[in-house]
Amino acid sequence: MTGIRTETLNVSGVALTVRRAGEGETLLLLHGANGNASWLPIIESLSARYDVILPDHPGFGDTDAPGWMDSIFDMAYFYLDVIEALGLESFHLAGHSMGGWIAAEIAVRDRHRIKSLTLVSSAGIWVNGTPMGDLFSWSPQETVRRAFARQSFIDEMLAYEPSEEEIGVMLKNRQMAARLCWSPRLHNPDLRKWLHRLKLPTLIIWGDSDGIFPEPYAHAYHELIPGSELEIYENCGHVPMAEARDAFLSRLLTFTGGAA
Amino acid sequence: MDFYFFNLMPYGALDLEYDKKYASANLLLPNSYYDPEEGHKLYTRYMDELEYADELGFDGVCVNEHHQTAYGLMPTPGVIAGALARNTRQAKVCVLGRALPLVNNPLMIAEEFSMLDNITKGRFVAGFVRGLGVEYHAMGINPAFSLERFHEAHDLVVRAWTEIGPFAFEGKHYHLQYVNLWPRPYSKPHPEVWIPSQGSEETIRWAAHPDRRYTYLNVYSPFSAVEQFMGMYRRVCEEDYGYEAEDRQLGLAVPIYVGETDEIAAKEARPHIEAFFNKFLRIPNELLLPPGYTSISSLKAIALAKREMLGGGKSMERMNDLGMFICGSADTVRTRLEEFQDRIGLGRMCTILQFGTLPHELTRKNMELFATKVMPHFRGRLRRPRSEAAE
Repeated sequence: MTGIRTETLNVSGVALTVRRAGEGETLLLLHGANGNASWLPIIESLSARYDVILPDHPGFGDTDAPGWMDSIFDMAYFYLDVIEALGLESFHLAGHSMGGWIAAEIAVRDRHRIKSLTLVSSAGIWVNGTPMGDLFSWSPQETVRRAFARQSFIDEMLAYEPSEEEIGVMLKNRQMAARLCWSPRLHNPDLRKWLHRLKLPTLIIWGDSDGIFPEPYAHAYHELIPGSELEIYENCGHVPMAEARDAFLSRLLTFTGGAA
Repeated sequence: MDFYFFNLMPYGALDLEYDKKYASANLLLPNSYYDPEEGHKLYTRYMDELEYADELGFDGVCVNEHHQTAYGLMPTPGVIAGALARNTRQAKVCVLGRALPLVNNPLMIAEEFSMLDNITKGRFVAGFVRGLGVEYHAMGINPAFSLERFHEAHDLVVRAWTEIGPFAFEGKHYHLQYVNLWPRPYSKPHPEVWIPSQGSEETIRWAAHPDRRYTYLNVYSPFSAVEQFMGMYRRVCEEDYGYEAEDRQLGLAVPIYVGETDEIAAKEARPHIEAFFNKFLRIPNELLLPPGYTSISSLKAIALAKREMLGGGKSMERMNDLGMFICGSADTVRTRLEEFQDRIGLGRMCTILQFGTLPHELTRKNMELFATKVMPHFRGRLRRPRSEAAE
């Protein structure tokens, strides 16, 4: 891919690997438990308008975890340090899945520099009566079947044979995701109490066939965040930026562009 | 060599066809498969068998802890151990073990073990384990903190046993303003500790440390792997810690079946041992090795050593060849155990003489033949080291 730079930021004792592309207002993208693969293919499109920053979280991909990184809360405070270190005074924040949860935790702590918040298929809350999928008990094949809605995506993902290096990264991501998200599983029971603090333009994007966080999670987030907008794609699973790529990109650009 | 009788208390009435619908007898198998009438009968006979082992002269009777599984019906092994404390006379009562990281207050394990130690007048062995990976799913405990919690809980339990309270304990995972154990243990300085393990270098190094010298009890590994782990224990003691490991520090738990002849033994054991390995121990990797339960490198090593066990469709002959099951006439079993003793200096043999669906009558016969025809041969028998080349 052209125009994507790989940089290392040294923050709070972590050598943070980030992919960065484009110029303009900053759009900080936070990836999910599976690593940066969901955001990576659309960085270039987003970089036409934004200074896009996609870090590998500590313990994921090319970034190693410090010994003290024990929870999503540690991760949220770490990113507050990152935001300061980057000198970001005003930026857009978007998170996918576990990255959406991190984004929400960051924003309830300090929303003042965040121009807009986009939560995509986000972890972070529990909805009574609607169990979330159990990523940690599924085989890789079952995870693909639950995460994607369209057969063509499922077939393509199942046919893909990862290299030994990619398997290493997958194991690393999975280990760190378990450390951060095992229990309470992929949510913070207290987050609901504080989502009302997100008094900023917030967009919630979901797939109606998400087998990890089923659609009621989207509506719950929408109700908990005052004034938030909700966008749901049909026949779309947990990764709308892949399964509904064009609609997703256009909606995200319109929303962030319109955010004051 | 000392001999212990281990009863895992499987749900022997399990419908073995369950695997047509479910991937494992652990965690995901609905408990509608459990019939309390059968359960009552099984608990009764299993406890009879443990008490019979005491009569037959076994050095100890052993129970352990498993959760939400047909594989073993002792989520709280202290219940069984408490009954055994009163109904056995000479055998040590061994809880091998309790899974320290799975509890949120390990002081309760210190208390429970101390009660057992007092009731038995020190005829008690305390086992500490991390619990199988699947149990982190079953109990909602984060496997990434398993090792940290194990060490912290262990330190808390040993301090509670050995220090005069009250004192405060402030760890990363456990926070107690008051530690002041009533009752204190009967044994001085504390009950004997064993560490059952599937074999990891971290565990071996820790157990072998001169401050601990705990018995390392290997479970369910092919003999070649057992030999490697035991060799590692001895090497670590000698090279890193500067002492020679005693045989009592090395133990092995293995299913054994003794029959009147090799043919009778094979015929009687086959359906039950194959059910044990292929039905009761059937666990997909995602459940058995949750992320964070071991380091990535250890995970790879364990996965390689265990491939035989997890592969499914294992025949009795294969398990016998691997040394994960010992089956035959008393003569045959004696010969194999001699080899175990001589090659690795095994000091403690935990015999699993009931396995899978093995019924009561065959279990009793197995116990009797083992106790009368195999065990006596090893009383006072010393190790005769042999190398591959000498054979």
